[in-house]
Amino acid sequence: MATEAARQPGAATLQTVEVRGFYKDYGRQRAVADVSLTLRAGQLTALLGENGAGKSTLLGALATLIRPTRGQVLYDGTTAEAWSPLALRRCLGVLSHEPRCYTDLSARENLLFFGRLYGAFADGTALTAACAQKLTEVGLQRAADRPARTLSRGMLQRLAIARTLLPRPQLLLLDEPYTGLDRDGVALLSRLIAAERERGAIVVVISHDLDALGPLCDQVAVLLHGRLRAHAEFAPGTCDGPALLRLYQQASAAGAAAGAGKLRRAEPRP
Amino acid sequence: MTSASFPRQVAMLLWKDVRVELRAGELIYATLLFAIIIVLLFSFAFLGGAPPTVEVMAGVLWVALSLSGMLGISRSFEREREADTLRALLLAPVERSALYLSKLLSVSLLMLLLCAVVVPALCLLFGMQVGDAGAWGRLILLLTLGILGFAAVAALFGASLGRARVREVLLPLLVYPLVVPVLLAGARGTYAILYGTPESLDDAARWLKFLLVFDSLAVMGGLWLFEPLCATE
Repeated sequence: MATEAARQPGAATLQTVEVRGFYKDYGRQRAVADVSLTLRAGQLTALLGENGAGKSTLLGALATLIRPTRGQVLYDGTTAEAWSPLALRRCLGVLSHEPRCYTDLSARENLLFFGRLYGAFADGTALTAACAQKLTEVGLQRAADRPARTLSRGMLQRLAIARTLLPRPQLLLLDEPYTGLDRDGVALLSRLIAAERERGAIVVVISHDLDALGPLCDQVAVLLHGRLRAHAEFAPGTCDGPALLRLYQQASAAGAAAGAGKLRRAEPRP
Repeated sequence: MTSASFPRQVAMLLWKDVRVELRAGELIYATLLFAIIIVLLFSFAFLGGAPPTVEVMAGVLWVALSLSGMLGISRSFEREREADTLRALLLAPVERSALYLSKLLSVSLLMLLLCAVVVPALCLLFGMQVGDAGAWGRLILLLTLGILGFAAVAALFGASLGRARVREVLLPLLVYPLVVPVLLAGARGTYAILYGTPESLDDAARWLKFLLVFDSLAVMGGLWLFEPLCATE
């Protein structure tokens, strides 16, 4: 259980996130059914599945943006409602398909703005230095003062990565983070994700780039038609792209054999 | 790691909005042009006829403000949605009420800027005469209070319509009925100030008090409702 202190602002020490019997319905459409999963600090969990399998819904629930229809998401054993909303949101780093950056501000101004919002640095000097360092890390130091609207898609994605990682989030949720990145960008992001995992962050990644994701994985969950069809844990350094592909194919085959039709209708509610 | 204080959060968000707008200039130019076009259209309608009365001038002022203000508000939130930055703000460790207040203030600033163009345009095209410094003071106070009330309602719905498909249509449909008291008080108060007799100035004072009460209720309601309206899906 989280201590009271952990739920207060200033103590972002998230160690585990548990998804227990998670269901999500959109009207009469069931998006996710009966998913249970435990995510731990210092581990990377890959969420695999076809389009519409419910991966982003699950990620949205972890980010507190989607409320479960049934089941719970527990942060250090406590529901989101029991946390101070600001303390919990300070733990979150969410990277989505969209860069979520202000295109009329420069890359540096975007980082300074979000850095200030997160209050993650002692003073302005520390924040300015951290932003410069992050821009260098993602290879944007030369484009730091250009308006974000003049950056290419890949550069915007790098900026989004920098924005997400800047406040050193304890729960890092990455939805297709390799989108728009070139080969160097993919390698860079993999290094950054590995560093976050080493730092002790809980990392969850949705990606179809299994070769990039494979070597980073500690845990894999395969969602098919909204249900958790396979789950595996790997010892450090034992996972790779082909292993993920095999697991995914086995889960798909097992799902098909079990007649796992799409989740079309939610059960009638009492 | 500590959160910024509430006023600092509001200031940071407001400064971001101002900075983005100063760079883009999109809202300022679009709404100013739209407001001028409205005033021009009304002035054409009265060409060759009897000079418009102060009631008409007050009405034109508030019609121009409310239509162009709505355009600005709608576009302001749409810009946040297009880049999905609204979601980034909702995920950030800032009070949702700070987000609401900052939007309210940025929309109010934009509408006050509109006033700075629409009122002189009315003086020029309609021969509107405000009177002495006291009357100008009352008019500025009335416009400020009216704009705050308008923005308090619009900012609440602007952010909370989320990803609704017809939000551009829904926003005015939701906001206009709720701001009828503001438009009524604004137009009646403006008329009373322009009329300028001691009795009408008493009337203007009553409309000012009415707007003060409306604004207090609208802002408190907005602060209270913004979090649940922006809450999880």
